[in-house]
Formats: sequence, C-alpha cells, structure tokens
Amino acid sequence: MTINRRMCLAGGLAACALPVLRVLPVGATGGFVIEVAPGVFVHRGQHAVFNPQNKGDISNPGFVVGEEAVAVIDTGGSPQVGRELRAAVTSITDKPIRYVINTHMHPDHVFGNVAFEADGTVFVGHHKLARGLTERSERYLAINKDLLGPEAFEGTKIIPPTLTVEGTRTLDLGGRTLELSAQPTAHTDNDLTVADSKTGTVFMGDLLFVEHIPTIDGSIKGWMALLDRIGQAPPVRVVPGHGPHALAWADAATPLQRYLRTVATDVRAMIAQGKTLAEATESAGSSEKGAWLLFEEYHKRNVSAAFAELEWE
Amino acid sequence: MQAKLTTLKGAFAVAALAIGAVTVGLQAQAADAVNGNALLEADVWPALQKDVFGTKVAQENASVVTLEAPVRADDAALVPLTVRIPASASGRVKKLTLIVDKNPAPVVAEFEYGPAAGDGERVLSTRVRVDMYSNIRAVVETDDGALHMATKFVKAAGGCSAPALKDTDAALADAGRMIVRTLGSIEGAPQLRQGQLMIKHPQYSGLQLNQATGFYIPARFVREIEVKRGADVVFKMTGGISISEDPNFRFTYAAGSDETLEVTATDTEGKVFTGRGGPKAS
Repeated sequence: MTINRRMCLAGGLAACALPVLRVLPVGATGGFVIEVAPGVFVHRGQHAVFNPQNKGDISNPGFVVGEEAVAVIDTGGSPQVGRELRAAVTSITDKPIRYVINTHMHPDHVFGNVAFEADGTVFVGHHKLARGLTERSERYLAINKDLLGPEAFEGTKIIPPTLTVEGTRTLDLGGRTLELSAQPTAHTDNDLTVADSKTGTVFMGDLLFVEHIPTIDGSIKGWMALLDRIGQAPPVRVVPGHGPHALAWADAATPLQRYLRTVATDVRAMIAQGKTLAEATESAGSSEKGAWLLFEEYHKRNVSAAFAELEWE
Repeated sequence: MQAKLTTLKGAFAVAALAIGAVTVGLQAQAADAVNGNALLEADVWPALQKDVFGTKVAQENASVVTLEAPVRADDAALVPLTVRIPASASGRVKKLTLIVDKNPAPVVAEFEYGPAAGDGERVLSTRVRVDMYSNIRAVVETDDGALHMATKFVKAAGGCSAPALKDTDAALADAGRMIVRTLGSIEGAPQLRQGQLMIKHPQYSGLQLNQATGFYIPARFVREIEVKRGADVVFKMTGGISISEDPNFRFTYAAGSDETLEVTATDTEGKVFTGRGGPKAS
C-alpha cells in the first residue's frame, strides 16, 4: 500500500476531528475515498436526491483491505460511482475484490454493483435482500432511469446477493475478519451491518443517517429498538450510510434517535386524538424541521409510514 | 417478455372481476398503457365514464359531493382521500364510486349505502394507490338516478407497482387482522357516530414483478366489505387493487341503541375476515 499521510484536504474538514484519519494523495484516488481507520476506506456522497449532475453519488460506499483480499461495502447509486469506487480500490491495492456487500436494497447503495461483476466477486447481503430487490427492481429501474438521466443510468442492472446472511456470518480477508449481522426490520427489512475486527469500525448502512434526514422504509418501532440495543455496547467508530465518512456512535445516533422518537411521539398522540393520516402529515415531527437536510423531500412520507405502522398498536 | 405481459393482462382480468362488468372495457386501455403509453396524455374520462356508468353523465356538483385529496402525494401507495356529502343531500344518496382515472384498474371501490348510513353530513375517508399523475373522482348516485361528481388532480406516481409492503413477512403473517371501533360522536351531529375499520391485508396489485421467476405476483386483494350496525347495513363496498395495503376506512353512521359495528370482509382468494367493535367501555 502506498498511502501518504496528508492533512485534510477540501471536503474532509468535518472528518478532521477524527483520530487515525488519512486523506489519500489526490494522484492515487482523485480524493475519492479517505482512510478512516487502518485499511478502512470510505467515500462520502452528497446530500441530495438522484439527479443527472450528481450521477447517483449520494451515499457512502467504502471498502476494507485485508492481507489477502478486499471487501467492498455498498457501491453507490450508479455504475459510474461503482467504477470510481473500483478504481479507488485498485489504486490502493492489487489484492482481489473477493466480496461486494450490500447493506440494504436502496438504489443509492446497490446500483454500482455492476462495476464489480466482471471481477468474479461474490455479492453478499441480508437473506431478505434478494426478495426486496426483486419485488422492487422494475420500479427502481424505471424511476431512477428518469431521475439519473440516460448517461448516468447507462448499464445499470440489479444484482442480487449470491451469499446471504441470516443471523451472522464471518468473512475472512486475511489478517482481519468482517462480522456481518442481519438486523431485524428497521430502516428496511433487509439491513445488514458490517464490523471490521481489526479496527472496530462498523459500516452501518442506512441504519445511521447524519445531517441527511432519515427515511423510513421498514419499521420506525424496529429502528428505534435496534438503535437502543446497539447503543448499549456501541461500536468505537461507525460509517453512516449518509453523512461524514466516519464518526463516534453517539454523534451519529443521538440526533437520529431524537428524530424517530419525536415522530413516533407526535404520531401516537395524534392517533390517540382520533386525527387522520392527512392531518398527521401536516404537523407531526415539525419541530425537527431545522435539524435536517432534505427535510421537505422525505419528512411527510416518514410521518405517513409511521402513522400506518403505529395506528395498529 | 411475452409471458410477463400475458400474466399482467391476467392480473387486470382478476381486478376486473372484482368490480363486475365495470372494468372489463378497461383491459384494452390498460394493455395500451403498458405497450406504448398511448393513452397516458389523453383525457381518459369520457371513455372511462362510459365503461363505468354507461350512458349516464356525471356533473360536477359541490352541493352533493366534495373531495379532499393532497395536491402532491407524500407516498403514492398511501394517498388519503376524504369524501363529504352534505346533510342536504345525504338522504338521497344511494351509491358512491371512487375512481383514479389513470390507474390500471381505475375503479377504486363502490360503496352502496344502507339504512344505518345516517342523516346529516356523510363523510368517508380511505387511502388509495395512485399510479401516475391523475384525476381522482368521487361520483355519487342519488335516488333519482342522477350522477354528481367531485374531481381533484393529484400528483403521485408508482403507487400500484410499488411493493407497498415495508416488511413482507410481517404483512403476510398478520393478514386478516382487523380493528373495528367507534371514534365517538360528532360535534353538532348527535344523530351520527364516526366509525373506523382497519384490515391487515397486503392488497397485492398483480403489478409487482418477481424478477426471480419472471412472473408477476398474483393479484390478491379485499373484494367485498359489509359494515353493519346491528342488523342494519351502513355500507357495502366492492373494491379493487387501488385500495392501499391494509385497507383503512373512516365513516359516519347512524347513532342507535346498539352502536356496535359488525364487519365481514372477503378477499379474492375467498378468505373471509370478520370483526366487531363499538364505543369504548370506559
């Protein structure tokens, strides 16, 4: 590995506060990823919805380099992001990319898979990921073709996992292992976390949103319960699906837990008062408005999802 | 590809059966929409009206029916609608039909009112799927046979093909669970009560592709619901795939000595779900 220690470059300022943080030489990777812990690399996507300008680069994919092999964790929102991520891997190591792990089914985390297909890589995911993807594939492809535009969408295809995780599974990269945990329904019904044994870094996928408003596509109750449980023995360092490259558990989880609790509390109160779903979407959780980017894009939909779930309590 | 399209048409046929003859003429239209978007930009209402109501023509009439719908849906699979029939008209109303013009199965549901529907302002709220930007209509038939209509344009997309299920296993495990309750009296209308009916059901639209098999998941949805207060019918609903997952209705009904609601629902597989509920004991 040829990595020089450098001071944080533009774009990495928020991450400067973190220990063991290194920015790769621009010549090596174009600054596409930074090393958040030894051998653990993360790309930071923009806070945006898919559009032709960002080319689907709106989430945080990364990879872990072992003594024998590399595992990629999420692949970004388009084949192009996947190719850039792959180029970042090959500029850092000549070890083979043995695994591509998807943390969940959403297009901004899986549409880059195709860039790794020719490597003979094993695609890995939650045991419910394949079903989630196949049920949604037609719609995901149609909608995101429009959003991304033809250029960025070119070559996109859905690649479901061939190695699935129910409970936990350990992948050996040589000198370090990755512990994969299939989580109960939270952000989606197919969330998978990836813990690196060597550095204690955990890729949380979209179980953690930082700065970017969370989106509920699974169960608000399940999500709150899971965060409470993980928080009892928090990882030393987490990589969120959206937000800074890496940060401490409490910095990532606290605002998210507050958001989910606020939405749940407001929605439950409105259900108890006999209010309708339409009324709830107008006001529930509005105290969170200043705290998140993309609030207008996703908040009402979150309230709608929370209402439809919590009215069955 | 051909196999998929055939299966898709099959799904439309199943949806059509649920509404009787009403949607039969729409299969061709749905097929066209799949084939080449030919009808997407055209005003589909004249042809649709003929399919649903024959030679009768519905007139916009806010003194008989109004419709509340969001301008832009937050979730296309869960678009809340509220229909209001003012007190001056409710005594003459026999039937309410909800229509989403551009959905694959445009007739969302028909509600036939019974003797326990009550006097005074009649209100019905439910949630529907909206597949693309479309007019949504509430059409009311009065006892003189005339049709009165309220129309709203809603910006939403993808509600029918979306796998509404956020947690597929939980949805299937709970199918048929029902909550029936009285939400209480209505201010200014002591003769009315407000009821709520919720049914856990995946409401498979038949438009969701299982890519592993290349076939569409067969349509399976709640076809009929009867709501009674004691022996008297509040309404009977005949519905299709455009009702959202976990069908949910709020409705007014007549107060009486026994305000317990009895509900029977039947889905397209012939499964019968029953539930009852009334005012809280406390």
